Parts: sequence; structure tokens; C-alpha cells
Amino acid sequence: MSTSAHSVVEPTGRTKAIAGSLVIAYALITMLPLVWIFLTALKTPPDSISYPPKIVFTPSLEGFCNLFTTRSRQTEDYIKSLPPASGTCEQIARARNMVVAGPSNYVPRFWNSVVIAFGSTFFAVALGTMAAYGFSRFRVPLADDLLFFILSTRMMPPIAVAIPIYLMYRELGLSDTKFGMILLYTAVNVSLAVWLLKGFIDEIPREYEEAAMIDGYTRLQAFRKVVLPQAATGIAATAIFCMIFAWNEYAFAVLLTSGEAQTAPPFIPIIIGEGGQDWPAVAAGTAIFLVPIVVFTVLLRKHLLRGITFGAVRK
Amino acid sequence: MAEIRVENLHKSFGEFVAVKNSSFTVASGEFFVMLGPSGCGKTTTLRMIAGLELPSSGLIRLDGDDVTQLRASARDIAFVFQLFALYPHMNVRKNIAYPLANQGVAKPEIKTRVEEAARTLRIGHLLDRSVSGLSGGDRQRVALGRAIVRNPKAFLMDEPLGALDTELREAMIAELRALHDRLGATTLYVTHDQLEAMAMADKIAVMNKGVIEQFDTPQQIYGRPATLFVADFIGSPPMNLIPCRGPLAPGATTVQVGETVAGIPAVLDGTTATDLVLGVRPEQVQLVDEGGLRGEVFGAEYLGTTQIVTLRTGAGTVRARLSSAETVTVGAPVGLAFRPEKLSLFDKATGRALRTAWTVAAETKGHRRG
Repeated sequence: MSTSAHSVVEPTGRTKAIAGSLVIAYALITMLPLVWIFLTALKTPPDSISYPPKIVFTPSLEGFCNLFTTRSRQTEDYIKSLPPASGTCEQIARARNMVVAGPSNYVPRFWNSVVIAFGSTFFAVALGTMAAYGFSRFRVPLADDLLFFILSTRMMPPIAVAIPIYLMYRELGLSDTKFGMILLYTAVNVSLAVWLLKGFIDEIPREYEEAAMIDGYTRLQAFRKVVLPQAATGIAATAIFCMIFAWNEYAFAVLLTSGEAQTAPPFIPIIIGEGGQDWPAVAAGTAIFLVPIVVFTVLLRKHLLRGITFGAVRK
Repeated sequence: MAEIRVENLHKSFGEFVAVKNSSFTVASGEFFVMLGPSGCGKTTTLRMIAGLELPSSGLIRLDGDDVTQLRASARDIAFVFQLFALYPHMNVRKNIAYPLANQGVAKPEIKTRVEEAARTLRIGHLLDRSVSGLSGGDRQRVALGRAIVRNPKAFLMDEPLGALDTELREAMIAELRALHDRLGATTLYVTHDQLEAMAMADKIAVMNKGVIEQFDTPQQIYGRPATLFVADFIGSPPMNLIPCRGPLAPGATTVQVGETVAGIPAVLDGTTATDLVLGVRPEQVQLVDEGGLRGEVFGAEYLGTTQIVTLRTGAGTVRARLSSAETVTVGAPVGLAFRPEKLSLFDKATGRALRTAWTVAAETKGHRRG
């Protein structure tokens, strides 16, 4: 049968062209800010604020140097008295009558982001998978109410609970600790994880585990060896969503962290204050900050896509 | 191989009673089929025997040992699911080997046993294939392979052919029965398809609404249905259920059907009930020129050597299985007679069959067999 029901809505060349151009236009609009960030990161401070904006410019590493170092202003005479500059960043700094004083806090802040984002994602997904499995497979008393309660934690804007959490954290000594931030992001993400993963696990036929249990495996073994591999796609998709949230979270990070456990998002705007409006340094910090999440998402995009449409269409 | 004995098994989910005080015994090496419409409790019974559900009350004995509260993994029973439940992330070999991998069986032995099971099921050439590319029949063979590789005490099968198309199903019926005869394994098989049950079973339990209505050989269930439900459920087309009038005295050999009198096997105890039902298999209906129950031909379905003729009578619609050699004309007036010796009689209120010379013949026969 060559004519199927689908032939009725088979796109013509023209509709394909229209759809294609819409997608391209949308992609350009959404990508423009990203491209602009990367361009700004490679500009000098004067280039970055020139008007009209410069599209063609001589690339400079000044933004990245300023991001990774702290500098102090010196007199021209003092700079002349120094031995020749040893590195690119030193050269750039001296051209602006400054010397490199030491590394900035960007690397430790970035590392904090990595630890907190990965840590909270791990715990949220691990707890979420187990809770979702429980809700999916067992007769949990008041299951619907519990699930609604879990979801309801996401119904108010996070900032509404900011002050109580701030006071709680101060009281418990969790302010400005990585553990505190992991705990907080896990708590926020676990509700999302439970709901997403419950959908995925509901789709895995019970018979798989039952077959394994009859074949001599305990429920835990069946969960590990049969359910987890099947749910891998859902777990990956859930992990990305949790990761993106924890990585980008700003409000709580500003409120609860200031040093020790500060993540990159609240740190990046601070760079602006050090020696004028240093947009290239901010852009460089942002660009580097974007890379892991972009790579992570691109690597897992197939899972993500399947994850989002999972369950929408029956096989 | 083991005997499975179920005693007063009861299961309720909240208000809903899925299985009501069932008791039966599956002899060692027997092919036992639980047959009934969906929701009758047959699958729940099977799952309780497997250990996937815990009964509300009652006992399950496997070779005399009480396994009622034992975990599924500790019962040494294999289960074949309707949707095969093959692990999609493993190939055929790993799927079949999976039950052994956990028992600490040595690798070379696993290999031998998997290959032996695959040879039995003629899927040796598929061992290194992924299960996702297999046809329905081959998937079911892999699922069977996973069951037989363990040499379990019993096989439980939950509508294993339900997901296959008709043609394949017929081939698999023959294959399953042949496999059973070769392995001699105790098998408990659940289906809603009477053809599957009739073709494969040594014994059938017909279930309805959580109750076992009749537990007997296929021949008995077809020939001597114990209840109106069984009479109506088994046979295609089903037994004609014709209203007739009581009461009947002990030893009565006739019953009033509409305006006529039909011969029946001698009733043993008699009955005071006024509403009775006469059960007539379509092949027990004969067309006669004179007398009998008068009616007219409504339609005929040609089935090759036989034909199913639908007749309208004063006592309702009656279907007859006649030789295709007989010519019937739609609309023609005819008389109906029933071959009396194998007819069934039911009390309409209780739904149970009356004891007659015909059913008693079965009882004595049954005793001799047992």
C-alpha cells in the first residue's frame, strides 16, 4: 500500500521551506545573545562598549586575563623599572598601567559550581529514581496526595521561601557551605525528578521485574539490573534538567553564599566592579560557564529528545 | 516436576474479590489450563502461585511444601508472560542465561544448558541476535527458553499466545503441547481462548467471577457442563440453552419444551424447580419433517464439511450444526428434534446442572480414571 493516511498531510516543498526558514530564524534569534557573549569575551574593554557596536575587531585575551587575575594599578615609572613582562596577561596589564597581583577567585568559584551542581543532581536523581519506583510499583497509602504534596513544593516562587531558608541556614550553620547548597538544590530538584521519573518507570512493564524475581533475583537486584538499564534514558533526561537548574541558579546562591561555597553565577557580576565596567571579563566568565552545560546537553541530546517525548506516543 | 495443590485460596483487593475460596490440584506432569473471561481471577490465581501476589487467605503447596508466603525467587517456578518480558537490553543468549547467572552455575555449564534449551526450541541460530528484532513467535520461544533452561518445578504461563496472530497461535499450540509431552513438566496455563484450552489441556478449570465453575477434562467440560456459565462459555457456537418447565419427578425421561415434549436422559433426583434450562449442543439438533419443536430457518453459515444453521422457534433461537450435504432454505418451516442421550438440564435459579443418567455415567467413569 503506497497511499497511507500520512500522505494527506505529507509536507509539500513550499511548506517545508517555510518551516525550515522559521526554524532557522528562531535559531538565529536565540543564538544571537550567545554569539554576542563569545564575541564580547574576545574584545578589549573599549571595543566592548564602542558605539556602533563592533562586529569586526582585533581579538584580544584581555577579558580572559582579567577574569582569571587580580591586578593593581601602578605608576608608569614603577612599571618601567620592572623586568620585561613574563606572560601575555602581564603584558596586557602593563599596557593599562597595571601589574598582575594574583589569581582571581573565578577557578574556585567555578569548581564550587561543579561540585554543587553535580552533587545535587546526583542526589536528586538517585532519591527521585527510588521514590518514583516506589510510587510506580507499590500500593503507597495516599500516593496521590503525597505526589501532589511533592509537586506543590514547586508551586511558589523560590524567592518566597528565601528568607525562611536564609534564617534556617544561619541557625543550622549551613550558610555558605557546599553541603548546604547541595542539600537545597537537591530538595528543589527532587520533586521534578520524582515526577519525571515516575512517568518513565510507569512505562517500563512490571513483567520485566516480575520475570527477574521469578528467575531468582531479589527486588533490589531486579531494580538494579532490569529497571535501571531500561530507565537510563529517563534518568539521563532528568539529570540534565536538574543539572541545568542547579548550574544556573542565582537567587539562592546570592543569598546564601558569599565566599567558601559561592558558585559562579553570583561571582561573575562581581567582576564588573574591579577596575571599571569590565564587560569582556564578565563575558569570558559567562562563556566558560556556559561550555559544560552546552557540552553536556549536546552529548545527551538524543536522550533528552526521547526523554521529552517519551510516553507521548505508544510503540 | 511437582504437584501443585491449592487449598481455599482467597484474594481480595479492597472490596473486590478476585478469587473466591478456590481449591484444586494439578498432578505432577499435568498440563492444566485455567480458562475464563477476562477479570475472572485466573491470572490472579496464577500470580499467587508464582509468588507475585500474596493471597488474602488459603494455602499453596508445591510438592507438599507450603510455599504460600515464600518469595517468588525461592519457589523454583518458571513464568511465561503474555508480553514475553524479554529484557530488551540483552541479546537472546543472555536472556535465556539470565536465570542461571544468578544461581552460581558455572559459565561452561550455562553455555551448554542455554544451547540445549535453544536446540529444543529450534532457536539456536538466533542466540546472538538482539531480542528487539525478533518476530512474535521467536520472542515467545526465547521466553520459553528462559523458562525451560532452569528445569523448574513447574511452568506457569499467562496467556503466552495472546499477543500472537491466529496462524502463529495455532502453530504454537501444537509446539507447546509437543514441548510439554517431551519435558513432562507440570504446566499451569491461563487463557481466555477455549480453543487453546481444549487443544492443549489434560485438565481445565473454568473460572467465572473468582469461582471455579468446573474442573475436569476437556471432554467432560464440553460434554457435561456443570453450570449454565460453562455451557454458554464453551463451544463455538455455544450450547443452545432452551427454557423448559419443571418440576420433574425422579426418573423422568421427558421435559416440556414450549408446546412439545423432548426426551432427556433419566433425571436421578428430580426437581421441584419450575424454571429449567435444556442444554443442547448444536450437533445434537436434528431437522425433522413432522412433529418436534416447530420453527423456521433464519440463516446458515457454511463451514466446509458442516454448516451452522440458525433457527427461530417458539422457544427462542436455536443453532444447529448440520452436514453441509443437507440443503436448507432460509424461511422454510422445519421441525426440530434433539438427540436425547447427551442433553444437559440445568436449574435456572441455581445455574447448576441436574444429575441425570448422562452425568452420572461421567461420575463413575471419572472414578475409574482417578
